[in-house]
Amino acid sequence: MKKIVKLEGLCCANCAAKIEDGVKKLPGVKEATLSFMTQRLVMEVEDGREDEVIAAARKVADKIEPEAEFRVVR
Amino acid sequence: MTKKQKKMVFRLAASAVFLVCGIALEDRGSWAWIPFILSYLAAGYDIPLKALRNISKGQVFDENFLMTVATFGAIAVGALEEAVAVMLFYQLGELFNDYAVGRSRQSIAALMDINPEYANLLRDGKEEQVDPYEVEVDDIILVKPGEKVPLDGVVSKGNSSLDTKALTGESMPVDVKEGDAIVSGSINLTGALEVRVTKLFDDSTVAKILELVENASSRKARAENFITRFARVYTPIVVVLAVILAVVPPLFTGNWGVWIYRACSFLVVSCPCALVISVPLSFFGGLGAASRQGILLKGSNYLEAVSYMDTVVFDKTGTLTTGKFQVAEVVPADGSAAGKTVDMAGGNGERAADSQGNGADTPAARLLRAAAFAERHSNHPIAVSLREAYGREIDQSQVAETRELAGKGICSAIMENGEWKTVYVGNRKLMEEQGISISSQPSRMGTTLYVAEEGRYLGCVVISDTIRQDTKAAVASLRQAGVRRMVMLTGDREETGKAVAAEIGLDEVYGGLLPGDKVDKVEELLKTKREGTTLGFVGDGINDAPVLSRADVGIAMGGIGSDAAVEAADMVIMTDEPSKIVDAIAIARKTVGIVKQNIVFAIGVKVLVLLLTAAGFATMWAAVFGDVGVSVLAILNAMRALQYRK
Repeated sequence: MKKIVKLEGLCCANCAAKIEDGVKKLPGVKEATLSFMTQRLVMEVEDGREDEVIAAARKVADKIEPEAEFRVVR
Repeated sequence: MTKKQKKMVFRLAASAVFLVCGIALEDRGSWAWIPFILSYLAAGYDIPLKALRNISKGQVFDENFLMTVATFGAIAVGALEEAVAVMLFYQLGELFNDYAVGRSRQSIAALMDINPEYANLLRDGKEEQVDPYEVEVDDIILVKPGEKVPLDGVVSKGNSSLDTKALTGESMPVDVKEGDAIVSGSINLTGALEVRVTKLFDDSTVAKILELVENASSRKARAENFITRFARVYTPIVVVLAVILAVVPPLFTGNWGVWIYRACSFLVVSCPCALVISVPLSFFGGLGAASRQGILLKGSNYLEAVSYMDTVVFDKTGTLTTGKFQVAEVVPADGSAAGKTVDMAGGNGERAADSQGNGADTPAARLLRAAAFAERHSNHPIAVSLREAYGREIDQSQVAETRELAGKGICSAIMENGEWKTVYVGNRKLMEEQGISISSQPSRMGTTLYVAEEGRYLGCVVISDTIRQDTKAAVASLRQAGVRRMVMLTGDREETGKAVAAEIGLDEVYGGLLPGDKVDKVEELLKTKREGTTLGFVGDGINDAPVLSRADVGIAMGGIGSDAAVEAADMVIMTDEPSKIVDAIAIARKTVGIVKQNIVFAIGVKVLVLLLTAAGFATMWAAVFGDVGVSVLAILNAMRALQYRK
């Protein structure tokens, strides 16, 4: 299942790379990319673990870039 | 500018004023530190706070922390003025980053402003504004002048012209009338149109394009991955060096202040953001510049691949040619009165036939008439092209007894001047079988049909696919751009392919290929391409999805309305001009060039500043340049990627 999250206010390219790294390592995430320019985090998540992954990803983003607003697009 | 940015401008202005006051008052008293501290706080009071907050969350080595340690360290060894300057310029650089990134995000968003907000649904004669998602196939929608076409459909009422610039990069409006298919995302310019919807919003062109564009920067280029990996090791290494610099030399020399000052400079230079930001910014700009030309790329990695393209493989039909069969030449039998060859290539078949006058006056017109009548019942593209070239209604009562002769042609009885005549239309083999001697030869390549009437040879008709207008120029420009090898693959006979290839100037031709063979051929070509270069395959997206995905860069042409192409390809050319590949290469090379300049420049300056600082030749001001200066220059350079002029 593909999940897309918008990180509004993401303003540091290095943080984006760190968040991407962190999210990739989460259990249940098959693949993840975070584009600093479009502020979109696209995750390929194992079916049935979406909520769990979204919560964990939110934590990762909040730890590295608390200023960015974490909004699930779909 | 956003509110946040305006606030920062104000803070930085205040900070600058305090800094100037501080410098002016420095020698006049012991209280000169007050304006410096005020200046520091105005510019960066939030940085130490953020550093503390992030440490409490377990995030230690971020740039807030580095800046805090660097400036506090400088203050501790008495370099108050430098500490303030570091903070001020650091924030100034951040502000500039923020602004530049915001600007280019906006310009791309504006470029891709094709998302329709609503659709005017006509229900029982009444108009209702609804979400495009709610519209069903076969619903009728109304598109008023000035509105975006929200869904793909067919015009059921009205005339207008459409602006498709956002989709194709083509600035000439397109005229549409009843029965024409129109694509979502174009803008209706002049008249109101009633449109019968043919696709749900999710399947419509605009949704596909938005999906493609929004996901484009998710596929990262090698340079992007390189720079983030580099940053991951760069910062820790410089921080460790800073610690060593602060502790080890003073153990021997005892000169603690000097070395701590140098270590602080190291920390200032250790911030990786300038490096990391300029690379995705450049690629983003490059993708934007390409989409402005009607070229959509599915990722920065493909932009990178396009820049190294050395082999271009073309599918013939529908790519180099229009994919539409047309009568190219009509050659009547030699010796017949006014037996002149009629060359019809490139022209409109209908007009050419009309210009023959009415009735079966000239041998060419008689020949065409016989062929068209004989092929009256067939739906084969060749038969269709014959009828198109003939251009007039065919009276069914004048055609009788049509027999298909498998693998050879057709035999039919047609009425001519009040008499029934037996006509044979087919290949050379058919003529030989009928004992008819062929007395004229075509000069053009293509499928040749020979026509005989009552045992007498009438002449032959050549039917071929027409070469696109800009194909030849595109091939020449590609060669000029340094593409070394251009290959054509075709399902047609090799001779037909060779003739086309010779005309447009390709290097190699492989004919008679089934779709599966094309994959094998591309695999073969991939093996023989030069190290470090890439291979692009250009197709029209019909039947060549496997090849598109096998090539390094799968390029689909005429993307509008072809979902299969948009899905399988890595690069979609929205118009049907092969010359866009040349633009894509130019944009890609420029972007990759900018990225390389930035990487070399940023790393170079940083290393140089580190060396000079360690040796004691540079002050903290150099470190500020190594951080902020480099960042600003790299970003300005990156912004160039968005600009592209032919």
